[in-house]
Amino acid sequence: MANSRDRNTGGQSLEPVAGNGLIDRRALLGRGIVLAGAMGAGIGTSSAAAGAEPLADDPWSLEIGEPTPLYQVPSKFEAKVVRTLSNPNHEPRNSHSRTPHHLLEGTTTPNGLHFTINHGGVPTIDPDKHRLVIHGLVKRPLEFTLETLSRYPMISRMAFVECGGNSAPMFSPEPMQENVQAIHGLASCAEWTGVKLSTLLEETGIDPRAKWFVAEGADSPHLSRSVPMKKALDDAMIALYQNGERIMPGNGYPIRLLLPGYEGNMNVKFLRRIKLVEQPAMSMYEARTYSPILPNGKAYRFYFLQEVKSFITSPSHGLTLKGPGLYEISGIAYSGTGRIDKVMVSADGGQSWAQAALQEPVLSKAFTRFRMPWRWNGGPATLQSRAWDEGGNVQPTRAEFVAARGELTKPAPVLAFPNQHYNSITSWGVGSNGEVKHVYA
Amino acid sequence: MFTPKRATLAASLLLAMMASASLAETPNFGKPIDEAAIANWDISILPDGTGLPKGSGTPTQGAPIYAEKCSACHGDNGKGAQAAALVDNRPNIEIAGISASQKTIKSFWPYSTTIFDFIRRAMPFQAPHSLTDDEVYALTAYILAENKLIGANDVMDAQTLPKVKMPNRDNFIIRFPDRI
Repeated sequence: MANSRDRNTGGQSLEPVAGNGLIDRRALLGRGIVLAGAMGAGIGTSSAAAGAEPLADDPWSLEIGEPTPLYQVPSKFEAKVVRTLSNPNHEPRNSHSRTPHHLLEGTTTPNGLHFTINHGGVPTIDPDKHRLVIHGLVKRPLEFTLETLSRYPMISRMAFVECGGNSAPMFSPEPMQENVQAIHGLASCAEWTGVKLSTLLEETGIDPRAKWFVAEGADSPHLSRSVPMKKALDDAMIALYQNGERIMPGNGYPIRLLLPGYEGNMNVKFLRRIKLVEQPAMSMYEARTYSPILPNGKAYRFYFLQEVKSFITSPSHGLTLKGPGLYEISGIAYSGTGRIDKVMVSADGGQSWAQAALQEPVLSKAFTRFRMPWRWNGGPATLQSRAWDEGGNVQPTRAEFVAARGELTKPAPVLAFPNQHYNSITSWGVGSNGEVKHVYA
Repeated sequence: MFTPKRATLAASLLLAMMASASLAETPNFGKPIDEAAIANWDISILPDGTGLPKGSGTPTQGAPIYAEKCSACHGDNGKGAQAAALVDNRPNIEIAGISASQKTIKSFWPYSTTIFDFIRRAMPFQAPHSLTDDEVYALTAYILAENKLIGANDVMDAQTLPKVKMPNRDNFIIRFPDRI
């Protein structure tokens, strides 16, 4: 029933809506039909059918396949879909792994590809011995085991987690020739299931003097962050599950703090202790690392929020378009403030914009997939996306961002974190040869 | 059947919203534990010195501990190696540019307590939380003295450490005050 309507309007939907080949997003509603028709009419691929080879059975269709594994892993043909590692030889320093956004689709990051940053290796924690203690300015300190936590009422929600240093290569004064994994790979999105922190605080009681809580992990650096009680009583969660299974070791097994929309480092992994206090502890990560320096020499403190951001994942740096024709521009948008309101896409470096289709469901503080049909004419194009959130916040252009926050005087190593909380528009330049490169526009 | 359940839920939510409801209708599986039993884990230190342990140390006491346990990664006299420099010898410690390389202890760290806290919880990298409190005080004193933030014979303890004035302390802007 929907098809007939699409069929009727499909041809009209292919009308351009912005410069350099952007097509009305409504063309996506009847995508199969519209694109098939366009392919046939536009670039004449159907004429190749006459000389097609007859289909034969491949070997895998003629023999019994492999046995069923207890825990399945991706096809061996997907071996390149992996994270990149900053410290593959496990040297005594921190270690990052980045999500390959250009090789993924949808909005859920598979658990094996969720980004991680660990500051002292990945601890091997026996869940039967793990404890969570809540103490400090409470009416009665309490200790929880995994077993007891598992018996509390749980909630599930989608939430992105993003390192406060994600996208840092874009502080460089020239566009670093790095792909979306290197630039934006320290953000991922999963369904987290656990117990609301406020539920546990009902049992401990809260001394009214408590304005902050300090969360601490059981890992070797005993990583610790201070969080306002406001967040504890809002949507903070003690997460036990990640996309339906127990949290991955690198993501905080057996439990982590989840603070939807707040910088990744605050979402303390391997969580073993929560202490309610009157003032923030000014741990190194809040006093130094996640206090970004401003151009006037002052620094922001307690940035917390991961602000509205979007980037195109396909096409993106390092990919090559195989000839002119129809493509779908696809990317990710998210905001620590709430839901994504709209995403605009440009194919001409921001001279003209058209609204992208947002894939449902559009969830608060979670990845939203946007899509935009585009007919590449084979000439130069500069692809950009720009997101707005329901709080009325808009993703800045790079010029706006640099004016407010500054940029480096020379490029920093791509794995360095020269500054934090970068969220401007990303631009991908498409050359006439189809190669896609990171550009500033 | 559905309605009474909802009424119970509403009642428990109401209870939960009342400040006194420490024994609201939650499962109550938390096991009471006293602060003495938490003491070994409770390594939180606040910038006013709350939580600093007993003990003390001087720069002179810290120097050999630094040489033995820290210099392999942080370099001789804190000049930096594969791990970050701890001592800033620039005559001018003004912050120049937005790079994190400007965030030295001397030029950027707003509270001296953070040094003690980070050493005690995370250092040495290969054997964290292995130093005695006296050793942590001595190392903190050594780093502060090498940065010329305290004198070469100053004693650091729970009273003196929080009083060390860090040059950049008042140079911060709270980004989202409404979220605190």
